[in-house]
Amino acid sequence: MTDQLVIGGQRFNSRFILGSGKFSLEIVQAVVENGGAEIVTLALRRANQGGEENILEYIPENITLLPNTSGARTAEEAVKIARLAREINCGNFVKVEVIKDSKYLFPDNYETVKATEILAKDGFVVMPYMYPDLNVARDLVSAGAAAVMPLASPIGSNKGLSTKDFIQILVDEIAVPIIVDAGIGRPSQACEAMEMGVAAVMCNTAVATAKNIPLMAKAFGQAIESGRNAYLAGLGRVLNQAAEASSPLTGFLED
Amino acid sequence: MRVNGKEMTLGNNQSLLQFLAANQFDVVTLAVARNGEIVPKPTYDSVMLCEEDTLEVVRFVGGG
Repeated sequence: MTDQLVIGGQRFNSRFILGSGKFSLEIVQAVVENGGAEIVTLALRRANQGGEENILEYIPENITLLPNTSGARTAEEAVKIARLAREINCGNFVKVEVIKDSKYLFPDNYETVKATEILAKDGFVVMPYMYPDLNVARDLVSAGAAAVMPLASPIGSNKGLSTKDFIQILVDEIAVPIIVDAGIGRPSQACEAMEMGVAAVMCNTAVATAKNIPLMAKAFGQAIESGRNAYLAGLGRVLNQAAEASSPLTGFLED
Repeated sequence: MRVNGKEMTLGNNQSLLQFLAANQFDVVTLAVARNGEIVPKPTYDSVMLCEEDTLEVVRFVGGG
């Protein structure tokens, strides 16, 4: 049985989306390969004159690049960043990220829907980062989102699945892939999200702030794969009271 | 001319492509907005710059 993640018609074997921020270029390749990631996010920033290191040279060739629109405070700015990124000729995937709130870095769902609609019509495969809200998720799908990326907790916090119940509602009700993005801190939390039925998990800070970054990428890759298998297998039921023996209750030696 | 928020002196009759090369920008891995409008890469050679222009020259960096 082939279990693949499909986004915008493109198929992926890995369900680990890796953010490339906060670690040195020299280890990017090792982190990507250890995690088994097939999608890597990037940001767009001002270039410096005089030549400088180019992150694209450190990312393996078969990786799908997912530029984000970080820095955008409005839909208009996000659209401009996405179009600039596409001009670099690295595909048409984009993670829409519109943030006005500078304390908690929460996404502006309203501006995100607007940007998603414009970019989807413009031929982008749009993956919007959002605060988990069912109505907004439905609006994003109507606007042409190829996936919906709800936050687990504030960006970079490593606090885990604070919004678990609301993400579960999105998993249950939304037809496009639900990808948990932001706030996942431990492989066990990524595994738990996958067990819930989310299609993929995106991590950056949890990996980048580990003592051994490539090893943590491997741990996340394994946890995400494990959680996916658990979801496909169907979790065993829970007894709220009493117990049930795992071993047979007949044929004891003293019978 | 203003480039990425800094004032720069522009040589006479420079195309965008000539300006980028003269300042050692890697044309392949960047994108440019001129006065707020994205410049299509195939036109870099034919876009002539002037002192009043504002350029944003961007590239990919690590990010989540």
